[in-house]
Amino acid sequence: MSTLTDPPKEQFRLSMLLYDTRYRSATIQVIAMFGFMLLAAWLINNTIINLNTLGKPVAFKFLGETAGYDINQRLLDYNNQDSHLRAAFLGLLNTLVIAFLGCIAATVIGVLVGVLRLSSNWLVARLMTIYVEMFRNVPVLLWIVLIFAIVTEATPHPKVYRGVETGAMVVTNRGTYIPEPLFSRSLGDIHLFGSSPLRFDVSLDLIAILVVLGLSIFASIKMRQRADHIQETTGDRPKTWHMRTAVIVLPILVLLIALGFHLGYPELKGFNFQGGTHLRNSLIALWLALSLYTAAFIAEIVRAGILAISKGQTEAASALGLRPNRTMSLVILPQALRVIIPPLISNYLNLTKNSSLAIAVGYMDITGTLGGITMNQTGRELECVLMLMLVYLGISLTISAIMNWYNEAVKLKER
Amino acid sequence: MSDIGFVRTEMLPEKDPPASEVGVIGWVRHNLFSSWLNAILTVLSIGAIYYVLSGVLPWIFQSVWNADSLSECREIMKGTWESTHGHACWGVIRERWLQLLFGFYPNHLYWRPILALVLLLAALSPILFSDKVSSKMLILTTAYPFIMPFLMWGGTIWGPVCAALGFVIGFLIIKHAAAAIGELWAMIAGVVAALIWWFILAGPVAGALSSVLPIGIEAVQSRQFGGFMLAIMLGVVAIGVSLPIGIVLALGRQSDLIIVKYICVGFIEFIRGVPLITLLFVASLLLNIFLPPGTNFDIILRVMIMMTLFSAAYMAEVIRGGLAALPRGQYEGADSLGLNYWQAQRLIIMPQALKISIPGIVSTFIGIFKDTTLVSIIGLFDVIGLASAIRADTAWNGIYWELFAFIAVLFFVVCFSMSRYSMYLERKLKTDHR
Repeated sequence: MSTLTDPPKEQFRLSMLLYDTRYRSATIQVIAMFGFMLLAAWLINNTIINLNTLGKPVAFKFLGETAGYDINQRLLDYNNQDSHLRAAFLGLLNTLVIAFLGCIAATVIGVLVGVLRLSSNWLVARLMTIYVEMFRNVPVLLWIVLIFAIVTEATPHPKVYRGVETGAMVVTNRGTYIPEPLFSRSLGDIHLFGSSPLRFDVSLDLIAILVVLGLSIFASIKMRQRADHIQETTGDRPKTWHMRTAVIVLPILVLLIALGFHLGYPELKGFNFQGGTHLRNSLIALWLALSLYTAAFIAEIVRAGILAISKGQTEAASALGLRPNRTMSLVILPQALRVIIPPLISNYLNLTKNSSLAIAVGYMDITGTLGGITMNQTGRELECVLMLMLVYLGISLTISAIMNWYNEAVKLKER
Repeated sequence: MSDIGFVRTEMLPEKDPPASEVGVIGWVRHNLFSSWLNAILTVLSIGAIYYVLSGVLPWIFQSVWNADSLSECREIMKGTWESTHGHACWGVIRERWLQLLFGFYPNHLYWRPILALVLLLAALSPILFSDKVSSKMLILTTAYPFIMPFLMWGGTIWGPVCAALGFVIGFLIIKHAAAAIGELWAMIAGVVAALIWWFILAGPVAGALSSVLPIGIEAVQSRQFGGFMLAIMLGVVAIGVSLPIGIVLALGRQSDLIIVKYICVGFIEFIRGVPLITLLFVASLLLNIFLPPGTNFDIILRVMIMMTLFSAAYMAEVIRGGLAALPRGQYEGADSLGLNYWQAQRLIIMPQALKISIPGIVSTFIGIFKDTTLVSIIGLFDVIGLASAIRADTAWNGIYWELFAFIAVLFFVVCFSMSRYSMYLERKLKTDHR
């Protein structure tokens, strides 16, 4: 009978780093790490040498210097004596404004087109297909430039309106004027951050309106929950819609009257319109083009989301005796939204990134200020592009964090 | 027994369906006027179609072709139709279409981009229509990356030849040294030899060869490139190079090697988080700063590099989606067959993952091709840049519909055919029987 001996103790040989799968992954990682760091060091070293040769080592002092240029479409106060940082901040706000407006418009148009594309009406479905293909297959930059050309060249000069009764909205080749909300008994503004470049005025009226609206919606939700509770215990659902409408509408109405809310209409004075909110052509063109372009993609997402829910779900819901609108809200939409929302948010992200094309029509967003005039004036390409990238990265990462959170929340809970 | 008065013993002949349910009338009733809402929508749509066509058709067809400026156009319009509105002035396209297509490429050399395009289609045909075109055409596909720069930029033939020689050297070493020193070392030796050739030897050799045997064609400067040709060129290079890089990045992101994984994740998320325009700023302003002092290479090449990196990150995410969609059993099946990592990827995983991701890959292609227009912002004369230049010209100041319609049609044709091809490919590769 043979005795069992221990297998010979393996000596570690250098070649095992390469041939033994236990060690190979470590070898590859070390080499990758080394290579990556070498590459980074090489790039940084080159950059430092080159910048020193050019005589402009990395410094962010230029942000405090006087910008010296105007920003025509802006949310906060600004004049050309303000610093570059202030200009960049206003540009960032402009980016957020166009992204916000664009996302809302694109969603409304996109959902409408996506649903109509599934319509049983042959003609409407075809028309919507043409819309989607037309916008998806032509570059967004072309749409932006084309719509800008249309709003500047095909709209009337302000002087056309001389002596003409103008309505609430005036479209001219210098921009569109819409009524502005005014408060005759205004609560005033609060000024944040003193006189720093990031100073920020917030209207107390707006805050009051938002707070009241929030409280009303909270009360309305509470009412619905109470109705749900009563329905579960007694089987009867009390009618709540009139109360819920009243609790939302009445407080806000009272508040608006208390603040003396009225609209300020644009009027022709001299060569231009005064009063009202002035939306420049660049804003209008960018907004229209981005929303129409993104809407074509959103329409496809909505269509795919609705098609992804199998017909069996609808049939099962009606077999349970649910009415069509309850079927939609309780069965189809929750499932379709799980398919629709993630690509929808990534399209919002695309819209935000595409808003950087504002530079093509002169809308002063962050690319136009920090990446445009500030960069050309100060010659600080590295710093400006770096900051620009960080800003967009910040926006993108925030939006994707929200998306991941949502995905986690609606994920199918499987065993 | 029975008091049934009448029992039918023979079948009645089938009746025709009611006239309102079949034929054109039935179709119209079902598809256009099935309910009140649909009827209203139909009427509205017909109204909209009439409104658009009544404006567009006369604009296209009652138009002016023979005019050298917008004012001349308007005079002719006034003379013919008594109004300057509602008629296109195609004179601008007639005068400038070559420029819109080729930019400032020398007139007498137009045959070169055209030949490059024809060769491109020929080189793509064995990949796009693998069942209809002989696989011998793949030789052309392999050679195309070297033929294209030669045709477009011209100059001596030895540059592209020496670049290609690097690949040949590397390949030969890997193939023949494998038996002697093992596969892994042969691979390393091949790569090192090729790198040495490209970075140290190729330059002087090419220089020497071109002084001995000056074979070449007229050189064209990068700044003469432009128009739709530039869009196609940037698009083709970015798409062609980004697909392999994207596959590697996707594999890296899925890999167990933690450092490799995080490098890939960082790269992908960074590129996807910033707009393309900032990367183009890097190409036009910063890339030279990142490279050793004195390096100064061509703006088109720099733009190509950044566009390739940009599209590779998006491609990686699309392919990662395909990899994630593969059932776990496929990986385990490959392992149980004893395939190593690369064999499993090549034979089992990638063919399926790429098939799943075809729609995503093609829509990335379309996106990249459309995004090539952004180069007009950094001052290259692609179609949109040229359109702005033409609009700034005094002769054509104030014209926009005609130019943009022409450009939109160019892009639409290319992008739409790409998306149709992707549908064809999906149908062809569909092997499950559902």
